[in-house]
Amino acid sequence: MRLPRPLTRIASALPFVLPGLVLFSLFVIGPMVYSFRISFYDWKIVRPERSEWVALANYARALGDPIFRRAVLNTLAYTAVTVPGQILFGLAVAVLLDQDLRVRAFFRVVYYLPVITSWVIVSLLFEYMFVGQAGLVNYLLRDVLHLIRDNLRWLADPILAFVPIHLLGIWKGVGWTAVILLAGLQSIPEHLHEAAAVDGAGPLARFWYITLPLLRPTLVFLLVVLTIGGLNAYISNLLITNGGDPLDKTHFVLTLMYEATFTKLDFGYGSAISYLLTAFVFVISVFQIRLLRKQVEL
Amino acid sequence: MNVKTQRRLGRLLTYTLLLLGAGIVAVPFWYMVVTSLKPQSYIFEIPPRLWPHPATLTNYTTALGKDLFGLYFLNSVVVAVSSTALTVLISGLLAYAFARLEFPGREALFYVFLVGMMIPPVMLIIPQFIIAKYLQLLNSLTGLIMVYVTMNLSMQTFLLRGFFEGLPRDLEEAALIDGAGRWTIFLRIVLPLSRPGVAVVTIFTFLYSWDEFPWAHVSIKETTRRTLPIAIALFQSEHLTEWGQVFAASIVALIPVVIVFVVFQRYFIRGIATTGLKG
Repeated sequence: MRLPRPLTRIASALPFVLPGLVLFSLFVIGPMVYSFRISFYDWKIVRPERSEWVALANYARALGDPIFRRAVLNTLAYTAVTVPGQILFGLAVAVLLDQDLRVRAFFRVVYYLPVITSWVIVSLLFEYMFVGQAGLVNYLLRDVLHLIRDNLRWLADPILAFVPIHLLGIWKGVGWTAVILLAGLQSIPEHLHEAAAVDGAGPLARFWYITLPLLRPTLVFLLVVLTIGGLNAYISNLLITNGGDPLDKTHFVLTLMYEATFTKLDFGYGSAISYLLTAFVFVISVFQIRLLRKQVEL
Repeated sequence: MNVKTQRRLGRLLTYTLLLLGAGIVAVPFWYMVVTSLKPQSYIFEIPPRLWPHPATLTNYTTALGKDLFGLYFLNSVVVAVSSTALTVLISGLLAYAFARLEFPGREALFYVFLVGMMIPPVMLIIPQFIIAKYLQLLNSLTGLIMVYVTMNLSMQTFLLRGFFEGLPRDLEEAALIDGAGRWTIFLRIVLPLSRPGVAVVTIFTFLYSWDEFPWAHVSIKETTRRTLPIAIALFQSEHLTEWGQVFAASIVALIPVVIVFVVFQRYFIRGIATTGLKG
């Protein structure tokens, strides 16, 4: 018996598709649905059958929790600082590298080093540089630059603790944004610059009226991707402040999610937090893409 | 001022700024190397020295000798190599199906995989934990490998599909006429011709699996199953002040990454630039 044609086609494609599809269903699609369900329960990890349906209580609890609200503000501040920081410094590096330089490969390796280094290593490194006693940063500020009189206790202060975290966020990401922007710069046709130069436009005018507008798609892409990354930041905070120290004031949304889930074993609450974050990330991304697309059309 | 001097000044400024930036990027790494070479009694010395004097390799011998460091390194190698090989194979198969095979539901399925690129991975970590617990994949390197492959699947399939679509169809059609099956064509023609694409997938998946922290941190509790990132993080939280050893271990963990990067730099940069993969 011969199978109908669509079925034979599916049968012959199946071996190619099946391994990926099984993994994807098991560890991406399944989890998405499952965690949505969990977020409506007081979930008992040891005995799931005893979990209690609590409707929207986990969500309400998050929105009413001052620690959660503080974590949201901290996360937004981190994003608001590190995204423009990475783009500005990345753009500067890209513009400088977009020339006929002999040692370009050398600079590329150096600037890219933080990107390929594990978050764990660079977080510990920044923690060590910002240690209160005998830390490198305090030493530079106090004894070399004479900007402060006493050592600052960076890691024990709910505001100062963000200085190493924000700096790390920018420092680690600049290499990547620079590479993306460099690709964008190199796709701008040379004759546009030449024509503008003939018309008497200086380097700054050319940058403003030619380079920036033509870089817009790249910049939109970076804005969206870096914002998602910023809102999902987590490892640096977990390692540098132990996630929340002092007094739960330095949490990011995800360190709070981590603590709720894997320290306090409150899986329902943790899931609600991660769903709130995902929804927010989604809305922000759509909003950014819309907004910037509209400006292009004007 | 004539044009030539102006150009020379501009070049001088460029190099100065680039070197300044490179300095800022490099200082923390330099400090890490210096600290790893300091004897413990000099770790909190004031002023902190930017040159290791006296220098010693004690931190390396102690850190590498204790806490099953060799095993952690081996775990990392096993996990990173297996994840990479499996990702190349599985996303290659998928990409081939999307690029060359015709079957009902192909487009829909492709979009399902694309959605995978947009989900923040940490959102999945709780249910992944529960599912892994159910499948008895917690505390196992297999569990790490399966999740790493899955988390890379969407992006790498997307990338390879682009590569496969750019290959000339003539070769494959000639092979089909000669009686070669789809598998032969995939393994003997398509994969070898896509070597640059495969190289990009290899590098990214290797670095991802080598550096990954959140899932390993959550799913591995057994000491003997640790990979390097969790081993280093836990070592620091257990031996708060032994920074020399922490950084000695970190540098050893960093060496394979730097080698892979320097060797494959060309593919790597091209890969990021064309796909926007997050490194």
